[in-house]
Amino acid sequence: MSASPDTLNRATGLHLPGFARLSCLIAQPVLTRVVQRIAKRHPSMFARLGSHRTTDFLIDPVELPFALHLRPDPQALVLRAVPRHAAPRAGATIRGKFLLLLELIDSEEDGDAAFFSRDLEVTGDTEAVVRLRNALDDVDGSIAEETAEMFGPAGRAILARLRRAYPT
Amino acid sequence: MSLAELICPAGTPAALRTAVDAGADAVYCGFQDATNARNFPGLNFTPDELASSVAYAHEQGTKVLLALNTYPPAGKFDLWRQAADTGARLGVDAFIVADMGVADYIARIHPGIRLHLSVQAAASSPEAIRYYCENFGVKRVVLPRILTIPEIRQIRKEIPCEIETFIFGNHGLMIEGRCSLTNYLTGQSTNMDGVCSPASDVEYKRHEDGSMSSQLAGFTIDCFRSDEKAGYPTICKGRYRTAHRDDAYYAFEEPISLNLSRLLPELIDAGVHAFKIEGRQRSKSYVRGVVSAFRQAVDDIRAGRQANIADLVALTEGQKQTQGAFETKKWR
Ligand code: SF4
Repeated sequence: MSASPDTLNRATGLHLPGFARLSCLIAQPVLTRVVQRIAKRHPSMFARLGSHRTTDFLIDPVELPFALHLRPDPQALVLRAVPRHAAPRAGATIRGKFLLLLELIDSEEDGDAAFFSRDLEVTGDTEAVVRLRNALDDVDGSIAEETAEMFGPAGRAILARLRRAYPT
Repeated sequence: MSLAELICPAGTPAALRTAVDAGADAVYCGFQDATNARNFPGLNFTPDELASSVAYAHEQGTKVLLALNTYPPAGKFDLWRQAADTGARLGVDAFIVADMGVADYIARIHPGIRLHLSVQAAASSPEAIRYYCENFGVKRVVLPRILTIPEIRQIRKEIPCEIETFIFGNHGLMIEGRCSLTNYLTGQSTNMDGVCSPASDVEYKRHEDGSMSSQLAGFTIDCFRSDEKAGYPTICKGRYRTAHRDDAYYAFEEPISLNLSRLLPELIDAGVHAFKIEGRQRSKSYVRGVVSAFRQAVDDIRAGRQANIADLVALTEGQKQTQGAFETKKWR
């Protein structure tokens, strides 16, 4: 069953706007580097997005203090951390636990199965989500590991700890 | 003799490589247009992608089957003709067809390439299957999912071609290739446009109480409580309210997938030549999990060992599985 972001965030205090904004500021430089690197290494994935290259996606990891705004336009790529209360109007929203979202990006988990089990929630433009899913699924290798590699041993250690922290 | 070939889905080049690496004997795939029955946004192959994918598969000894299994509407046959010509030029090993015009074109213009009769042709009697064999040289029929194993065994004796059956995945309820439910609500045809419940017409709504409703073209198909498993937004698996019932109910079938892992030895014994795994629209994770599980099972059976198939229920629709009509006609 999917966790409610409100319950989780209220319990942890992560809903406080100040904390969310601060987290976004810390995360942003990392996100910018990550998305630029991925776009450079996997240019063919944009073709599968079709006209949804300019759709605004909100990726909402329920237990993090912020959500991610993605506009996968190769001309003007956007991936930024946004506090939930200040999130832009999204064409499509994808919501689930952070590690699940990471595993879906890497095709370690099956999106349809996560949807059937209700661990993944999708709202808004379904075609946009299907295109994004198919674009990411055609990427070979692990985007999570590529990202971790960018930050050397520290990055790899964080990814390993993250995977251990979540029961699969 | 049954070889129990494993025929595996490939929605993208990366999924194709995953299926090949997981032990597929053959992969099936389609172009990015209405010529195949999984014409989903962002899915499928460009001709260039198919060329490199055929090379990859052939290097590993895996065959590539090209699905041209939709029905060309009047005046639009050129798209299917071009797809067949491109597939032939790129060296695919077989075409999977449903329409007689497409079958006839390939039989005349590309006689060296095998023709498989798609499940979309809904050929379930020896008479119908023999007609395709005699007139178009069809080498294999993919049987509709409405036959019991004794019926398959009997058909095998009366037809001159190989039999392929689905063993895992989506489980449609209507006569294959004839279902017009999507067309009725969306104006798009499953059988001519290649898509059931097109994503552009699907919407999921989350409600305050944690429930989620799925809608197709504005019609509610189902509403899942927060503690219920979900299914695809297909009309045949929808839950509806009617005047004569107090609660909403599954009028045709509930969200469920086919899983014949326990029937593999009987199917082989009945003369089934190839096993098909549904799911070109699914992820590499699904392809990896399902193909390796069935690879192991088929290898065990061939070696005379008891097949110990991995639990695949987590990958099934609604997290429920059935042996459908293969076990008994009374399944629904
Ligand atoms: S509505 Fe059901 S039976 Fe009809 S095409 Fe779609 S999945 Fe198949």
